[in-house]
Amino acid sequence: MDNEAAFDKFKECAVEVLQVPSEKVTMDARFAEDLDADSLDLVELVMALEEAFDVTVEESELEDIETVGQAFELVTSKL
Amino acid sequence: MSPAPSDTATSGRVVLVTGGSRGIGAACAAWFLANGDRVAVTFRGEAAPVAPPGAAQRFLAVRCDVTEPAQVEAAYGEIEARWGPVEVLVSNAGITKDTLVLRMGEDAWHEVIETNLTGGFRVAKRAVAKMLRLHRGRIVFVSSVGAFVGLPGQANYAASKAGLVGMARALAREVASRQITVNVVAPGVVDTDMTGALGKTRVGELEAMVPLGRVGLPADVAAVVGFLASDGAAYVTGTVVPVDGGLGMGL
Repeated sequence: MDNEAAFDKFKECAVEVLQVPSEKVTMDARFAEDLDADSLDLVELVMALEEAFDVTVEESELEDIETVGQAFELVTSKL
Repeated sequence: MSPAPSDTATSGRVVLVTGGSRGIGAACAAWFLANGDRVAVTFRGEAAPVAPPGAAQRFLAVRCDVTEPAQVEAAYGEIEARWGPVEVLVSNAGITKDTLVLRMGEDAWHEVIETNLTGGFRVAKRAVAKMLRLHRGRIVFVSSVGAFVGLPGQANYAASKAGLVGMARALAREVASRQITVNVVAPGVVDTDMTGALGKTRVGELEAMVPLGRVGLPADVAAVVGFLASDGAAYVTGTVVPVDGGLGMGL
């Protein structure tokens, strides 16, 4: 899977779980401020991403994640 | 009298009652069926409970031991495949292994905690995962007045049932933003096999302490569980409702 296809897949998950328009899901978008996502949303998103990408994300790895780009990097680093 | 609810596989909410083959669980299943919901019950060793007349399409019995994560997952998979995600969970499966603390082996301790408390955690966790997406859901844990009075011989049981209260409150806060409510009922002395195991004398002594003057019926508890899962209880979460004829009032 190339980077673009991976981001499309990531975006699909984010749009579905966070119920935001896909154009808002950019690399720079901050989950809390820009996407209005609370901690429960993030947990839900992580679970969706784990399923979609068939990866496992540890709780501790999520601590410093603030932007879509950071989350995307974390997930793709495990592929 | 209202007409009997229609028996189709697509009407009513999807309800799961763990430990639904007898006692309070069976009464809860009957309550939700009468309410027109689709009801799945889990059961263990006994013969599978059968659908009451006129509810064959809305009743599903799933063999599942809540102490086995794989069986819990399989049970949810079966229910979801047939009806979709669980909207109402009644976490009721529970056991007793009564004995005085000095005689209580660690196995008796762990077995009761594992079934009553960890089993509740396990089924609720799995239910919540789907309820979050739905932005609705009702969870009711069946605790016990024993959680508060602590009858002798029931250290393991009392701990497990008190544990459910703390867990329910934490979970209630975690999922409240999604309009999912989490509540607890605390039945008192109810006419079930579990209570019967205490022996006639002991049940008689307990009954004498009940202000309303009688042992409770499983249906008495089911009615309150049904209410907590109803639209009328939309603004009730994280609470403990005793259904004990007044036995534990004030505790």
